[in-house]
Amino acid sequence: MGSEIKAGPPRPGARMHPALVRVTHWTNAVAMIVMIMSGWKIYNDEVIFGFLHFPEAIVLGKWAQHGLQWHFLGMWILVLNGLVYLAYGLLSGRFRRLLLPIRPRELLREVKAALTFRLHHPDLTRYNAVQKTLYLGVILVIIMQVLSGLALWKPVQFSWLVVLFGDFQGARLAHFIGMAAIVLFLLVHVTLALLVPRTLAAMIGGGQRIAAAPRDVSSSPAAHS
Amino acid sequence: MLFRKSSSRFRPPQVPDRAILREHRKVIDEIGRRGLLRGTMSLGALTLLTGCDVSEQDQVQRVLRSVSAFNDWVQARLFDPDKLAPRYAASQVLKPPRFNAYYGIEDVQPIDAATWRLELAGLIQDKRPWTLEQIRALPEQEEIIRHICVEGWDYIGQWSGPNLRQFLTRVGADLGAKYVAFHSHDDYMESIDMASALHPQTILATKYAGDPIGDPYGFPLRLRTAVKLGFKNPKWIRAIEVTNTYPGGYWADRGFNWHSGL
Repeated sequence: MGSEIKAGPPRPGARMHPALVRVTHWTNAVAMIVMIMSGWKIYNDEVIFGFLHFPEAIVLGKWAQHGLQWHFLGMWILVLNGLVYLAYGLLSGRFRRLLLPIRPRELLREVKAALTFRLHHPDLTRYNAVQKTLYLGVILVIIMQVLSGLALWKPVQFSWLVVLFGDFQGARLAHFIGMAAIVLFLLVHVTLALLVPRTLAAMIGGGQRIAAAPRDVSSSPAAHS
Repeated sequence: MLFRKSSSRFRPPQVPDRAILREHRKVIDEIGRRGLLRGTMSLGALTLLTGCDVSEQDQVQRVLRSVSAFNDWVQARLFDPDKLAPRYAASQVLKPPRFNAYYGIEDVQPIDAATWRLELAGLIQDKRPWTLEQIRALPEQEEIIRHICVEGWDYIGQWSGPNLRQFLTRVGADLGAKYVAFHSHDDYMESIDMASALHPQTILATKYAGDPIGDPYGFPLRLRTAVKLGFKNPKWIRAIEVTNTYPGGYWADRGFNWHSGL
């Protein structure tokens, strides 16, 4: 009973993005940018792809050790903040309510609409299939980044993790690909937020209040059971 | 070629001024919780700044080095003294090994084996120096392990020589001391925690792939431990020191993480 209340839709009158979500979102944004830019500095010391060096103007850290220092500070903020965000999302039912279910047919239709600039987002309190996929996807990628990062940091203590990625260089490559995926996500995410500025305002101020009555029954968890 | 090696930025083109070292010594000494707390508060503002010189400012370095010191503490707790690093087959060994130092291979000064001595210092009972002959007479342990550099490259190497734990026990070192420092002939020095020094895969290597180590790779004696990054494995060792006073290290003093355990 108690869990049903907890996992149900937010109580009427609550903000679309509760304060905890907003704080963890922006903390994560700062930590992620620190991780990406310091990661580029670390990458430059021993590149994976000969054609790719990150320009000094966009990396964090003057020398390699500074890039490493930032990276090993950012990791704590990213992980601790991420744990709070994940715990809240799972326990409050927010993830289930906003990110699930993802229907492939819906996703295809909306990707097509997005590519022809016909995707609408009238109700900010509900995510379309493209958003659900991107948000769920980037959460999973960040979790993978933490795992490949742990494999690179402690390849002996967590040697089983290295095996998961093949070998040490496999973990490096996975860590790089994860970074690239996050950067791509960021480009799309920021572009879309700027195209629909109300979403950006909502992540700062909390957004509109939830209407008293649920919009449709399918959003209640009972309908899925 | 896709997987081209970069010119390393691990080794600065010009050697930093010694004054920087002195300046940072002060910072290391000041590492503490108060500095961390005070610094963290200004950190929020600093993240708004961009540009590559942010990390060099004193206040920022204080925070970053405090976090690095905290990470040393975390790593010491993550370290499992019984956890063995993966071992590999002799067929996977890279020959010769990869050269790396804070200068180019052409500047390596070969050591004369006849006059070389291993000096012992600090919390060690029997400080008599060792000749290479005496070291070679000790039981030999072979380790085929992965060498991982802080830069990101790695290779599998085949190292052999006396086990460090057995050696330290034999000379009556205080195994309860905190640090073991390795002083090299090229003025390089790095120190490791005692737990890592006593790890079963930490050896004083005299051979690579069955032959005496080549001059560029640390002849006649170098440290090879499976539980530390490459730069924590000094080459051309001239002295081993056991101490409770934090000795720092060549790269650790320049801002790389001191523990750097794998």
